[in-house]
Amino acid sequence: MNNLLPLPVLLPMFGAALTLLLGRRPRLQRLVSILTLTAVCGVAGSLIWITDTYGVQALWVGAWAPLGVVLVADRLAALMLTVASLVSLCVLIYSTGQDEEEVYRETPVSIFHPTFLLLSAGVSDAFLAGDLFNLFVGFEILLFASYVLLTMGGTAARISAGSIYVVINLVSSLLFLTALAVIYAATGTVNMAQLSLRFAALPGDVTMPIQLLLLVVFAIKAAVFPLSFWLPDSYPTAPAPVTAVFAGLLTKVGVYAILRTQTAIFPDRPLTELLGWAALATMLIGILGAVAQSEIKRLLSFTLVSHIGYMIFGIAMATQASLAGAIFYTAHHITVQASLFLVAGLVERFGGSTSMDRLGGLATMSPVLGVLFFVPAMNLAGIPPLSGFIGKLGLLAAGVEVGTPLAWALVAGSVVTSLLTLYAIAKVWNRAFWGTPVLGPHAPHDESEGESDGRLPGVMVAGTAALVVLGLALTFFAGPLYEYVDRAAAGLLGSSYLEAVLSGWVR
Amino acid sequence: MSPNLTLAIIAGALVACGVYLITERSLSRILMGVMLAGNGVNILFLVASGRAGGPPLIGVTAKEDMSDPLPQAMVLTAIVIALATSAFLVTMAYRSFQLNGHDEVQDDVEDARIRELAALDEASDSFEEIRFSDTGADVVSE
Repeated sequence: MNNLLPLPVLLPMFGAALTLLLGRRPRLQRLVSILTLTAVCGVAGSLIWITDTYGVQALWVGAWAPLGVVLVADRLAALMLTVASLVSLCVLIYSTGQDEEEVYRETPVSIFHPTFLLLSAGVSDAFLAGDLFNLFVGFEILLFASYVLLTMGGTAARISAGSIYVVINLVSSLLFLTALAVIYAATGTVNMAQLSLRFAALPGDVTMPIQLLLLVVFAIKAAVFPLSFWLPDSYPTAPAPVTAVFAGLLTKVGVYAILRTQTAIFPDRPLTELLGWAALATMLIGILGAVAQSEIKRLLSFTLVSHIGYMIFGIAMATQASLAGAIFYTAHHITVQASLFLVAGLVERFGGSTSMDRLGGLATMSPVLGVLFFVPAMNLAGIPPLSGFIGKLGLLAAGVEVGTPLAWALVAGSVVTSLLTLYAIAKVWNRAFWGTPVLGPHAPHDESEGESDGRLPGVMVAGTAALVVLGLALTFFAGPLYEYVDRAAAGLLGSSYLEAVLSGWVR
Repeated sequence: MSPNLTLAIIAGALVACGVYLITERSLSRILMGVMLAGNGVNILFLVASGRAGGPPLIGVTAKEDMSDPLPQAMVLTAIVIALATSAFLVTMAYRSFQLNGHDEVQDDVEDARIRELAALDEASDSFEEIRFSDTGADVVSE
């Protein structure tokens, strides 16, 4: 049964190779990549069932225990894999609509699909990695794919946005490698389960710098406040599907890595103070940035940074309830943020711009677009029946339960952030969706803005709608899902991970 | 395990030079910096692997004399990744040079926007330009 584990990494890689060969046959290429991601969704879904029924699954690839690569899936990894692959599938469907409707001069189709599949493989590898070096390799795979996707077409705007992104991530990779070298020197292993045992025997002044170094690395990827400045500069210039998948997945891989290292490697030292303050600053400063924006994509990038703070809040409190809240919030936020960026892409196509100064009355001209924006936007702000509310409620309840001054500050901070999110979203709604229609067939204002022909291709709308429905499904099935993430959080705090990894080796 | 001091010093020097170069504005210098710092970190792995020894093959080297192969495998992976990195950065620097005539990393977008606004903005009514003259008498123009 644990032989399923390599599939979420292998399938997209084979798919990437195949689509690269099929570069001259775009229809077949699209078919292959959609089938591949559908298969990954199936595997990931079955992993949810397997891990929930039979516990944590570990596979020592090539049976090189304890030196080789180990892939581990627990409930958390399986859930993240499933959500990530579903979101990638929806985004891929959206992007095929884009290919069909316009010969997109700037995005050469032949390399888009292979790179997208490699990105998916890298994300899966990072979720499944049971040792830090494999996590590093997973990060590198997804980062390289993201470099290519971000600078695709090589226009001036994308190259300059890309250079910031690439340099920042190269520095974080260097720090990661340094951390790996130091960890190996200190313990002689990079396997997470073994590390937790060996770090427990080491003095605090050796392990503390290592933990901080790892946190800095992952905080850069996750865009936690002092290290989040790069994100709003680099994301908005990319094509809409690329921004959507980056916003949905890449930062969440960083959050996942923080969650994993904090619970699996350093279970005795949650660093509540440090992470708590970082979470508070991320939430508030991020959302204040969003309020000041007049461009929808930039505004969404700032809300993305801000809402990372909620997940870090949950991780910082390190109780079962708060971790469950953080996991649920991560799953919710992946879908919602990706669907909002896809809607921003539709707005750009429909209205010729994403600047609120040049838009107006979109909801009267295209009610579908209005609904597609309204539902995830309200979900992001946390309006009661939706999943954003459930996640926030879980986190707030966990914070109140902890009851320290810092926890109360975080509770207050998240309520303020939630209100300000509603304000920012209402601003977009008022200025772009309500009011008198200002849309003429106006020409795009600069090269980065797409063509405007005032109609929406069906496939793109279908892809976005599928993602919005996925977000709603998280609301409808919130009961069973919340029980599941609660069990996942219990598993993180318990020793089942350790036992599953080490039992494959001490045979 | 006693760490090798020479290797540690070399790693430190390489990383220091790398960091200095990464703080430059031009992409090609940043590339040099990333490569230097990357090699410094690779040497750190050599420090981590302990005393040098024979090839780790059973039957060729006695178990005590073997060198630790795991850090070497990691360094190999890191070198391969560094190769791809430099290829990509060179391409990007060249493309930037084609487009803009230079390969400098741009300013922060928000900074640039504020500066643009400042350039467009004419002096407001309440603005007084003050010039400091050499004679000590400050000139205030209306």
